[in-house]
Amino acid sequence: MSVDTATVRHIAKLARIAVTDHEVEALVPELNNILGWIEQLGEVDVTGVEPMTAVIPNQLRMRPDEITDGNVRDAVLKNAPVAEHGFFAVPKVIE
Amino acid sequence: MNAPYRIQGATGEWEVVIGLEVHAQVTSKAKLFSGAATEFGAEPNTQVSLVDAAMPGMLPVLNEECIRQAVRTGMAIDAKINAWSRFDRKNYFYADLPQGYQISQLYHPLVGEGEIEVELEGGATKKIGVERIHVEQDAGKLMHDQHPSFSYVDLNRSGVALMEIVSKPDMRSPEEAGAYVRKLRSILRYVGSCDGNMEQGSMRADVNVSVRRPGEPFGTRTETKNVNSVRFIMAVIEYEASRQVDVLESGDSVVQETRLFDPDKGETRTLRSKEDAHDYRYFPDPDLLPLELSDDFLRECRESLPELPDAKRKRYEQELGISAYNAAVLTAEVETARWFEELLAATGKTGPEVGKAASNWVISDLFGALNRLGKDITESPVTPAQGAELIGLVADGTLSGTLAKQVFEIMLETGDNPGKIVEERGLKQTSDTGEIEKVIAEVMAANADKVAEYRGGKDKLFGFFVGQTMKAMGGKANPGVVNDLLKKALG
Amino acid sequence: MANLNDLGIAAIRDGFRKGDFSAREVADSFISAVEKARALNAFTVETPDHAIAAAEQADRDRSQGDFKPLSGVPLGIKDLFATKGVQTASASKILEGFKPEYDSTVSGKLFAAGAGMLGKLNMDEFAMGSSNETSAFGNVLSPWRRNDGGNAALTPGGSSGGSASAVSARLCPGATGTDTGGSIRQPAAFTGITGVKPTYGRCSRWGIVAFASSLDQAGPMARDVRDCAIMLEVMSGYDPKDSTSLKLDVPQWEAGLSSDIRGKRIGIPREYRIDGVPAEIDAVWEQGIQWMKDAGAEIVEISLPHTKYALPTYYIIAPAEASSNLARYDGVRYGNRVAPENGSLDDMYKATRAAGFGAEVRRRIMIGTYVLSAGFYDAYFNQAQKVRALIARDFQDAFKQVDLILTPTAPSAAFGLGETTDPLGMYLNDVFAVPASLAGLPAMSVPAGLDAQGLPLGLQIIGKPLDEQGVMNAGLALEERAGFTARPEAWW
Ligand SMILES: [Mg+2]
Ligand SMILES: [Zn+2]
Repeated sequence: MSVDTATVRHIAKLARIAVTDHEVEALVPELNNILGWIEQLGEVDVTGVEPMTAVIPNQLRMRPDEITDGNVRDAVLKNAPVAEHGFFAVPKVIE
Repeated sequence: MNAPYRIQGATGEWEVVIGLEVHAQVTSKAKLFSGAATEFGAEPNTQVSLVDAAMPGMLPVLNEECIRQAVRTGMAIDAKINAWSRFDRKNYFYADLPQGYQISQLYHPLVGEGEIEVELEGGATKKIGVERIHVEQDAGKLMHDQHPSFSYVDLNRSGVALMEIVSKPDMRSPEEAGAYVRKLRSILRYVGSCDGNMEQGSMRADVNVSVRRPGEPFGTRTETKNVNSVRFIMAVIEYEASRQVDVLESGDSVVQETRLFDPDKGETRTLRSKEDAHDYRYFPDPDLLPLELSDDFLRECRESLPELPDAKRKRYEQELGISAYNAAVLTAEVETARWFEELLAATGKTGPEVGKAASNWVISDLFGALNRLGKDITESPVTPAQGAELIGLVADGTLSGTLAKQVFEIMLETGDNPGKIVEERGLKQTSDTGEIEKVIAEVMAANADKVAEYRGGKDKLFGFFVGQTMKAMGGKANPGVVNDLLKKALG
Repeated sequence: MANLNDLGIAAIRDGFRKGDFSAREVADSFISAVEKARALNAFTVETPDHAIAAAEQADRDRSQGDFKPLSGVPLGIKDLFATKGVQTASASKILEGFKPEYDSTVSGKLFAAGAGMLGKLNMDEFAMGSSNETSAFGNVLSPWRRNDGGNAALTPGGSSGGSASAVSARLCPGATGTDTGGSIRQPAAFTGITGVKPTYGRCSRWGIVAFASSLDQAGPMARDVRDCAIMLEVMSGYDPKDSTSLKLDVPQWEAGLSSDIRGKRIGIPREYRIDGVPAEIDAVWEQGIQWMKDAGAEIVEISLPHTKYALPTYYIIAPAEASSNLARYDGVRYGNRVAPENGSLDDMYKATRAAGFGAEVRRRIMIGTYVLSAGFYDAYFNQAQKVRALIARDFQDAFKQVDLILTPTAPSAAFGLGETTDPLGMYLNDVFAVPASLAGLPAMSVPAGLDAQGLPLGLQIIGKPLDEQGVMNAGLALEERAGFTARPEAWW
């Protein structure tokens, strides 16, 4: 499997990263080089092998249903590039 | 059996196929993965933790109550509970999604297949399959009308726990879809896993609709997002079905897409903002481990389940001798059933002896009064104990039906107990034959002409004498006794 | 009095307790060393006030007879750890100026144990790199130079390059690092210091900017094994805020240190002998084997058959997780925003992320996005998680025969900045480090000697899950035999 300029543009769009034509041209061989290399994994026989789920045997713990957080609006908004009236503000979205 | 629902197109009949993905907010104090509160209506961004705002380095920790409630919900619809499940990330960018992914369950949901039986008009029932229930996070909220060039983001809902209840494409009419959502809502509220409040967004549905010629394979479907009332769900189905029929009959094909419902126009339209977000790149969330539920946990979930509406309805019919219609009405809402059962308990009696009278009184008298007052049963000015006392007074002959209605009106006004009202206002029904005979004699004396007519064969006049006697006694006479004595006196 | 900068953590702690010097004197000494060493670019932010406040507190506590485990010890904190009120940028432009309202669990534990912070340490952007050349705040220079008389700038390794450079140049006695695929061990080896990556789940990840969640682990970087043990004891421990944190008591590793490894079985994996690795690496490995034998350990050749697939596995899983972990840097809630005039929300996302992420980060996000995208998940990500399970199984099998595994830490000594331009060539740096990361195993690097150019080389010890003690004890045995005293001459 290898990528072409259209695929690179599609991936960039999914990842929300603007790319110039020039960058796309450069990324095609770069990504293909890396992808070609990682594709060697395909040769490993994984019959009957379950994908790893927990790195070290461990069980998911659950916490009790208690309100222990929140009410920290200032901390939440403190680093916001644009915050108004207690909201984060983003370029207007038309749905 | 009802006639199947069909859309009459220009070229013939079409069948509509409906599947629903209902998002139900899990009843919990705190969010699915953070300790922030979930309560509705707070000031913007106040119920937000640093986890909900996806600050760098923040990590999710699972709320046990949300899992418990989802498991109980699954058990309530006889679904397969997966003791091993896990969380996946659904990746997409949107301003209401701080992490850039929603933690959800794609590959291994908590709850597998189950089913819900719905009642249709005319007493028919139908089983609607449930594909799965998975647990996931809600997104925040965007407001578009506060500023000319900005949308505002409120993350209060961000991270609130949802159950996504995915039906099979088993519904074939707006009515069936409506009945399914109502029944699902009823079950959720019985279980206590969701408050079912559709106006506040606690329950909303993605409506999947396609059409086909009867008997043919499924057509291409559209998904109309976030529809938040039963009426709107039914409207979406009607609109989408006829729109798709028009598209197909004009020789075009239906586009698989996400649509939005406009309640003002009663129409759906293409939702543009999420158009190219199809590739969600799901993968297991590496911040969480697989969720493994112990037998003890599952047992506790099962044992904590209340009696559910279907079982309750059958029991009302069988044990309490209540009519199928009354039983359905009394069990549809958990609060009604709860009120009714408190009333039954307060009567101290069981079985058909009290079931029939109590159910009739609740459905006709109490519901009638609540309707007039614009209140629901949880706001009833009369308590179940007071209702039980009233029913008891009728059963032991203290009150006639007419008197009972009178007493009930006074109870609604004053909040007093019926016994007290009867006592204070002397509204007790009398079976005192001496007193009744005395009144009958007076009535006959005052209406000698009518007595003669009656005795001359005008049988119809018997009712007149009953009415006059009852009136003279202020409605307090036992009607049976009045009848008997009148018959004797008139000869 | 000895130059305070020459003291390690244990020496500072003990000298401070004995009253040989005040914590304030220690802090001042290191603060001035940091100021004088700006040419190394090891710090992105200097926080002398923090170090001084902690020192003064330690001095006050001492007068009350109150000593905390790290009283009097100033440390450097990698920029990946959130530090309350102090810029935490992960060496990325996208987070420049971000001052979190919280301390990471690990840095918070260090501060609570009495440590002060000298500053935030430079690193590869979002910990993605092996040479510290991807930092938005510029390259970190190694304090080491080749003995050829030239002054070629060398890499300290990465991604914890600032930590390595600072500890090696005696700007701080110890520093935090994080290791996703070798980011503690490789820079430690490059700069002649000691670093431990504990078992996955030992240290809380809460408040550490995530790179690849299933691999990231914090760990200490210091001058010797004992100092690492002291730091790790403070950094470790169960954290209910991290679901992958291990609910286990923290062993008393320092007290348990012993270089007596007689009878231990040390595995030498045959697959770690790879073509193209300089002879000097093989030589130092041979030397390590010899030292182990001298210490009474038994050497056992073992096989880790899937070793060859570890790097490609890592370069699927880590970018995939990163592509998702880094989605939150979108210019909405914090960090830098680039919003084209009259642009849409999407335009803002794209411009913000294009301007905010450096080339390597963008490249990895692209790879990660691709391997997770529709139709490729099974072939790449799921296959990688299966191979990862096989790699972990290789180790499990090996640990049935041996107690520990000895390998070189990195396939070369430090290279010159700008010398490695090919991404794949750069990725090869972690060929020996990545397998233990994939399996979540404890591993450490100890300095073993110098190569012909006078640059440090490290040896890696890998242990069974939770056997940090065994790893550090073997490390101590090597340390005693290596007698590594070389240090870079100050040119900065
Ligand atoms: Mg949906
Ligand atoms: Zn959903």
